[in-house]
Amino acid sequence: MLDALGTPQSLLLLGGTSDIAQALAERYLQRGPLRVVLAARPSAARDEAASRLGRQGASVEIVDFDARDTASHRGVVDKAAAGGDIDVALVAFGVLGDEERAWQDHDAAVELAEVNYVGAVSVGVLLAERMRQQGHGAIVALSSVAGERVRRSNFVYGSTKAGLDGFYLGLGEALGPHGVRVLVVRPGFVRSKMTAGRDPVPMAVTPHEVADAIVEGLAKGRYLVWVPAALRVVMSGIRHVPRTVFRRLPI
Amino acid sequence: MSEHALLTGWGRTAPSSATVSHLSADPVVVAQAVRRAGKRGLLTRGLGRSYGDAAQNAGGDVLLLDATQHLQLDPREQVVHVDAGVSLDRLIRELLPQGFFVPVTPGTRFVTIGGAIAADIHGKNHHVEGSFGQHVEQMTLVTADGQARVLTPEGSPGLFWATVGGMGLTGVITSARLRVKPVETSYIRVDTDRTSNLGELVDLMRRTDADYTYSVAWIDLLSKGSSLGRAVLTRGEHATLSELPERTRNHPTAFGASQRLRAPAWVPDHLMNHWTVKAFNELWFRKAPRSRRGELTDIASFFHPLDGVGDWNRLYGRRGLVQYQFVVPPSAEDALTEAVRMIADAGHASFLAVLKRFGPGNPGLLSFPQEGWTLALDLPADPRLAPLLDGLDSLVLDAGGRIYLAKDARARPEVLRRMYPRLEEFREIRRQVDPGRVFNSDLARRLGL
Repeated sequence: MLDALGTPQSLLLLGGTSDIAQALAERYLQRGPLRVVLAARPSAARDEAASRLGRQGASVEIVDFDARDTASHRGVVDKAAAGGDIDVALVAFGVLGDEERAWQDHDAAVELAEVNYVGAVSVGVLLAERMRQQGHGAIVALSSVAGERVRRSNFVYGSTKAGLDGFYLGLGEALGPHGVRVLVVRPGFVRSKMTAGRDPVPMAVTPHEVADAIVEGLAKGRYLVWVPAALRVVMSGIRHVPRTVFRRLPI
Repeated sequence: MSEHALLTGWGRTAPSSATVSHLSADPVVVAQAVRRAGKRGLLTRGLGRSYGDAAQNAGGDVLLLDATQHLQLDPREQVVHVDAGVSLDRLIRELLPQGFFVPVTPGTRFVTIGGAIAADIHGKNHHVEGSFGQHVEQMTLVTADGQARVLTPEGSPGLFWATVGGMGLTGVITSARLRVKPVETSYIRVDTDRTSNLGELVDLMRRTDADYTYSVAWIDLLSKGSSLGRAVLTRGEHATLSELPERTRNHPTAFGASQRLRAPAWVPDHLMNHWTVKAFNELWFRKAPRSRRGELTDIASFFHPLDGVGDWNRLYGRRGLVQYQFVVPPSAEDALTEAVRMIADAGHASFLAVLKRFGPGNPGLLSFPQEGWTLALDLPADPRLAPLLDGLDSLVLDAGGRIYLAKDARARPEVLRRMYPRLEEFREIRRQVDPGRVFNSDLARRLGL
């Protein structure tokens, strides 16, 4: 159960090897024992993540999860819930891809859309169903500022996050009366495995900062958080910049 | 009649949804509901005064029992037969004109008889008269098999003492026979003393508690230094007829408790902050007399001051509040002092807290009271409370104490297990009477009860 101070006893990490997923589990583990279900594709990184969380006091369960194989998702959620209620589920999987290839290479574009959007919708519906049965729980979806106003520089990725963002905000509205909460997280540039090798940008954050924002957002019952918080102000300006100016901005 | 509803405790934190049904307290009707329970189980809820998640059952069924039913006093035997959904408020209103009072009342009248047994509630007379369960002569419990069992402390001590303090997890309590106490008036004769720090308070309580049936101290947890733990100690006795002034003697058992105020539907989220609460505590402390003897106070003002403000829990805004209550053994005064210091140093907006001495506990397996000092405090819910409360848990545990399940909203199972050494016996009885886990609650899931 999520307690009165927003601390969960179990955590389902979909895309469990992501840096943000790991950071979130670590934050909660600092408060006490936790059941963590790591859902990810089999890999050395997954084994490593599992043993690291185990050393920090988590009881770790591993479930094979492929975001593109939507037919298998029901089984993944069922397995995750077999050991007890899922208090918090983090939808943390996603691919960034190569921006210029993404809109010119059919396979690359479809993969981005399938993983980031279709996969996210697929697990979202199943998590919602499970948590309605439980009568409680929280779903955290990792969106991105890239989805707030989609830019020329990474519009395929941005469009998938825009779709995910809208879906989860709406899902939160639908689940409110059922005791299930949804938190949409819009980080800016996160220094992580996903962005390794890219030039850092202003207002970049670490996975731990994103995790802290999630912990606080859940505890305070928020439905949307920006990381860093100041991005909300910046983006509310950018949202209203006329298109002719917007396309010339170096972002 | 059933409906889907989001439920929280009195602290208004951690909501969960359940299918809520209103039922008569008739064991036959209750047994049908018990047999129909789905795989998330079933729980009885009273008036929702538990602060945390004790009266919630996420994804399952929640029963509310009719409050208007059977209540019958036997003045000769000094017992009352009462259905479990009846509130202490109604019971007090019916008993007083007939010259009787409830054996134990907590700080609110808005709890049900079933809830009072399930949480084994205590009041200002615990050091002399014990907790609610000790005044129950008999109760009817509908267990998971649909059977209505009549329990007495002598005839069925195992299940009886698992149900007293058992947080509704052994079955549905449908009715009880309680011992009540004869009173001549509805007034309390109160002696008040203001103490300037915790040491003075502890000393005064130790010396004078035994002379009074009722005793409790309100303590300011925001004052520090030499006035750390300053408090107002009130102690009282039921006033006799001859102690009332002439004009009150015509209506000696009048009970005029009413809600004078009501919290508005919306309040700012940070109304209860460090500064407003500090100012209130200051005002309240200065307003109290340094020492006063024999003041006549009506029952409602003495026992239930907060009932005068309807929905006062809303004053904490959307965040809600967390109540923390612990008990430590009589010899653990150092731990008590350390706890008060930790709370004062943390600086969270702790509204007037309550300090009381408990007498010996009872055989209730999960019953909270044990001999010693109990402190209860309200805090605005905030994730930053976690380190303070976890720290207090360790302090209390090391001192041989425990926390109160009816107040808890955030403890951890591994800590709770060590605070309640008889939890394993409770689990064993639960396994026997409810092998299919028909009865369940959010509290039970969270703490692995």
